[in-house]
Amino acid sequence: MLELITFSTLNGLLYGLLLFLLASGLTLIFSMMGVLNFAHASFYMLGAYFGYQISLAVGYWPGLVLAPVLVGIVGALVERYGLRMVHKHGHVAELLFTFGLAFIIEELVQMVWGKVPVDYRVPQLLNFSAFTLFSTTYPAFRMFMLGMSVAVFIALLLLLTRTRVGLIIRAALTHPHMVGALGHNVPLVFMMVFGVGCGLAALAGVIAGPALVTQPAMAALLGPILFVVVVVGGLGSLPGAFIASLLIGLIQTFAVALNVSVADMLGHVGITLTRDSIGGDLWTATIAQVAPIIPYLLLVLVLIFRPKGLMGDRDT
Amino acid sequence: MPRYLWPWLSAVAVMVVLPLVFTSGSAITMMSLMGFAIIFALSFNMLLGQTGMLSFGHAVYYGLGGFMTAHALNVIGSGKWPIPLPLLPIVGGLAGLSFAIIFGWVSTKRAGTAFSMISLGLGELVAACSLILKGFFGGEGGISTSRTATLRLFGISFGPQIQVYYLIAAWCLLCMVAMYAFTRTPLGRMCNAVRDNPERAEFVGYSTQMVRFIAFCASGFFAGIAGGLAAIHYEIVTASVVGAAPSGYVLLMAYIGGVAFFIGPIIGAVLMTALQISLSDYTGAWQLYVGLMFVLVVMYAPWGLGGLLLMHQPLLKSGVRDIFVRRVLPAYGLALVPALMVFAAVVLLIETSHHLLVKSADGSAMKLMGVAYDAESAIAWILMLVLLVLGGWALKRVAPKVSEAFHAARLAALGAEAS
Repeated sequence: MLELITFSTLNGLLYGLLLFLLASGLTLIFSMMGVLNFAHASFYMLGAYFGYQISLAVGYWPGLVLAPVLVGIVGALVERYGLRMVHKHGHVAELLFTFGLAFIIEELVQMVWGKVPVDYRVPQLLNFSAFTLFSTTYPAFRMFMLGMSVAVFIALLLLLTRTRVGLIIRAALTHPHMVGALGHNVPLVFMMVFGVGCGLAALAGVIAGPALVTQPAMAALLGPILFVVVVVGGLGSLPGAFIASLLIGLIQTFAVALNVSVADMLGHVGITLTRDSIGGDLWTATIAQVAPIIPYLLLVLVLIFRPKGLMGDRDT
Repeated sequence: MPRYLWPWLSAVAVMVVLPLVFTSGSAITMMSLMGFAIIFALSFNMLLGQTGMLSFGHAVYYGLGGFMTAHALNVIGSGKWPIPLPLLPIVGGLAGLSFAIIFGWVSTKRAGTAFSMISLGLGELVAACSLILKGFFGGEGGISTSRTATLRLFGISFGPQIQVYYLIAAWCLLCMVAMYAFTRTPLGRMCNAVRDNPERAEFVGYSTQMVRFIAFCASGFFAGIAGGLAAIHYEIVTASVVGAAPSGYVLLMAYIGGVAFFIGPIIGAVLMTALQISLSDYTGAWQLYVGLMFVLVVMYAPWGLGGLLLMHQPLLKSGVRDIFVRRVLPAYGLALVPALMVFAAVVLLIETSHHLLVKSADGSAMKLMGVAYDAESAIAWILMLVLLVLGGWALKRVAPKVSEAFHAARLAALGAEAS
């Protein structure tokens, strides 16, 4: 039991921090431009694939730097030549543009790298087990993922709160016109934030690619959960996104590890339920099986009882 | 005869005559698909076009309507209940309505981007449930059914596809009329008000949340009917119909057709169904083309293809027609050449890359538009890029002239209207 709790906590934290790498960019872009970037998870996927391609040529480590930079440039170009043109048609058009973009990126990835997962390997340097606890080993690469996520989180925090650039970004979040009037190039700030946000997503992709599966469906698998994180945390709230990321990361990891069902639990108090009882599969499904639903249930509950999200301060 | 009846009568005529002209089995199947795609796209547009709610989970109501219809068909078939097949889409509609009432209560509390995300979350919720509740959704195999086991009226068995086509066409017409009528009611007008200026609608005394909720329920009802017809057509419903893919697909259909006009989604549904079936025979990259088309429409023609067509309606009136023929048409002709160049270059680039990347096992020799060439030859690639750059450059030069000509004609039309 203690073993399960320790490893689930570690994995949950890891998953939550990865989610935050994506959610932070998404929520920054949202609060600044009012655009919900539907393609954000697609940039994460692009990051993983770019990293894979670079790792084939020159190894994993250059890819860790190059892939996010490349994807960041792609993101900035998308903002400059796509989103900015659509902006005049309103927020729905912007959302639809990123939706179409996600569609195209998935098709392109399938075309270039095929429909089956690619063999993105953990680098040799980290291909050993970090420690053994209760006879279960924990891979060193996961520790590296954890360390990287924490480092990026701290760097982002320092950038936003301690530097001049962060000051301008935070000002542009709430008062873009005033920032413009003070002589800052607000469209450029938008472009940079969009690019950096996409770059962060790509970094998450390079970190997660070798440990999870690098496949064309990885964007579609993660994207909806990302939106749950952003809504549950409160639209546009960075601390909220952080808490929600960890929450969902932990909940999902723990849920997957629990192999009990309602029928099992009621069995202890003498009530027997089988698949043929009223409700059928509902009783016999184990918590591990229901795990994919939990984030969405959380979303619905939050919307009913706290529509602004955990830390949000505005209605959309 | 009143003028407003003409479009509907011509729709009836087209629906009746088409299967007599295109008698092949595949054509009739395609037209059946178009029938329920039209209902589905129109029901989606009750949300996006008319009430301003962008849903990413509309297939939930379509899919659940389909599942309920399939289950109802099975119950009716095994119990020998005296219910004829043509009434069954109502079961789908009621299922869609019930789920829309439940989910709509949660999701229509919010508008705008939050609504979109909730609809996405609910869509994922139902899609994830479909893998767990195997009794209802049938697991991997789905729920299969048989449409012929129901009560027969007038000896119609609904075995042959042509009979199913006419059933779908009849329902399609009925739903089109009903959904059009909905837009003309005071409630339909309030939906538009909520879309355009929710604050003001609240001031007038309407609850925007209530208006959104009712529109959502109505839309779920029609989506359910479309799902029921799909279940009758395919005789099988699998869990993938409630997933994210069909939800995205209906959005593409409605938006490419044009959400600002009632006829837009109809155009979109017909076009996209035809493209899906015919294009997938020619190229493995057809979804890429669909995606590109969608992004182009979002960027350059937010009124959709239907909107582009309808924009020209005032230019055809007498008095303006002269300007249209003398200025606008030649400008279009001029723009057509570079547009075709860009189009050909893009298609060539995509197809050649597709051949190299996906079909690399077949060797690099390929044939496109009647021309055989080597996909790896540098000359082919240079020619394609030159075509793209030249076409793009020329298009950029011509575009202002086209827009100028169009606006001149438009002004003249406005002037003619005013005088």
